[in-house]
Amino acid sequence: MKHGIDEHDSRFKIARREAWIGIILVIINFVWWYGFAYGLGSESVEEYGYVFGLPAWFFYSCVGGFVLMVVLVTLAVKYLFKEVPFDDEQEETS
Amino acid sequence: MNWSVIVPLLLFLVIIFIIGFWASTYLKTSDSFLQEYFLGGRQLGGFILAMTMTATYGSASSFIGGPGAAYTQGLGWVLLSMAQLATGYFVLMILGKKFAIVTRKYKAVTLVDFLKERYESKWVVLLSAASIIIFLFSAMAAQWVGGARLIESITGLSYTSALFLFAASVMIYVIIGGFRAVALTDAVQGSIMFIGTLILLIATIIAGGGIPNIISDLTAENPNLISPYGFDGGLTPLYVSSFWILVGVGVVGLPQITVRAMSYKNAKSMHRAIIIGTVVIGFIMLGMHLIGVFARSVLPGIEVADTVMPLLTMEVLPSWLAGLVLAAPMAAIMSTVDSLLLLVSSAVVKDVYLNYIKPDASNQRVKNLSFGVTTVLGVLVFLIALSPPDLIIWLNLFSFGGLEAAFIWPVVMGLYWRSGNKYGAIASMVVGVGSYMIIHLYFPNPFGIHTVVLPILFSLVAFVLGSMIGKQRQKASAYVA
Repeated sequence: MKHGIDEHDSRFKIARREAWIGIILVIINFVWWYGFAYGLGSESVEEYGYVFGLPAWFFYSCVGGFVLMVVLVTLAVKYLFKEVPFDDEQEETS
Repeated sequence: MNWSVIVPLLLFLVIIFIIGFWASTYLKTSDSFLQEYFLGGRQLGGFILAMTMTATYGSASSFIGGPGAAYTQGLGWVLLSMAQLATGYFVLMILGKKFAIVTRKYKAVTLVDFLKERYESKWVVLLSAASIIIFLFSAMAAQWVGGARLIESITGLSYTSALFLFAASVMIYVIIGGFRAVALTDAVQGSIMFIGTLILLIATIIAGGGIPNIISDLTAENPNLISPYGFDGGLTPLYVSSFWILVGVGVVGLPQITVRAMSYKNAKSMHRAIIIGTVVIGFIMLGMHLIGVFARSVLPGIEVADTVMPLLTMEVLPSWLAGLVLAAPMAAIMSTVDSLLLLVSSAVVKDVYLNYIKPDASNQRVKNLSFGVTTVLGVLVFLIALSPPDLIIWLNLFSFGGLEAAFIWPVVMGLYWRSGNKYGAIASMVVGVGSYMIIHLYFPNPFGIHTVVLPILFSLVAFVLGSMIGKQRQKASAYVA
């Protein structure tokens, strides 16, 4: 590409990997959200179970899903994301 | 007038002004006016970055329209709104480090700068600047109407004076302080949104006699309210899921959000922002929409959905605390509007004027022009908002979908697909926006999915086909030459 952008820059490999992690997380998020909402929520209302006063489908899908994603995102960032420099003055001067 | 509500609101405005003035001191010391005014010198830390993304994204619809819809629809609407949890981590992870590095190399100040350098095409620049100006202008008008209505309902001022008060407060700090003022005030506004949600949620649960009590009230009124299908069973799984495109992953294409993904200091700020952003946006969306549902048990029979949130606040909280909580939707609206105002101004000054009218303008001239354009835009929005169009949520989502259809693929594919070129980008924008408008006007929600889904698919196909055909044409003409 132009402007001295080297596609084989090792930082771009890291960036690409992290973008994939984002896609995987959003898929997990969606499956969890959809599964509990329409898995448990499609029963008739009289048969709903309750957690902390909320219908079980809602609790697991929305409240549980929120907590799950915060945990997963934190773990992903802490253990899978790498810190890279954004400015490359050092590279250019060397 | 209810002074105990108004005083905390005024206090909030004063704090915002002080931040604006403080941020404007950076403009005097910075050696690059454009970088500083439109991007805060790329110095945002993790907390400010998370807050400015969340607060810019969370708008009148999150605090007024959303809870109102949840009041009508029940828990199914809270489910729908939780698609927005993804915005907290997805945008920064997808654009992520590559966008940060590439925009620094390009010295890009706006999203259009990035597209200009990436595709090297005048048409890409003009099309994208035009979509930003048209769509964000209408989004801004909708938000101003929301802000003025809110002040009107809280203070009892007339709509016009409320609008004037709102417009004046936003314009002053945006004009003098630029992006840094916008981001810093967003941090304060985002914190107020978070705290306000927390206070109101607790107060509403107490006023309703606890969650089990509220839920049984709702079940007694209409069992559908606690099902995922909406009050009349109209929220189908397919329709609700399609909001993951509109308000979840599609947000990657919103210029007011993407520009923030080039404003942070380093990888550490990005990492912190991803975690904080997910927590804050998830909590605000879950909390505010639940509040809307619970309000039905506390205050049954509200006719105008947009008034649910202010009325509930006045009902369940002592008035001094109500003022603080009502500062939250104010903050949500202001933090969206300030970013839009600055973005539209940057599209006019940087993307159109400096690119095509006067590329060699002096720093001083750019400075005056930036202040001037921001002011004129503010006044124009004010005039439009004087005779307000009706549904806040509708206008807001209209511009949302249009911008997403225009930008998502030129940005994402531009970053990650090397063969993407200007033919693809132009085709994608034209097809995206064009099909969005046609479907929106003539076949809304085709096959029971949200209008935005098909245009986003079409624009992807257009991008790929356009790039491939364009490449062959380039090759062919190279052989001829």
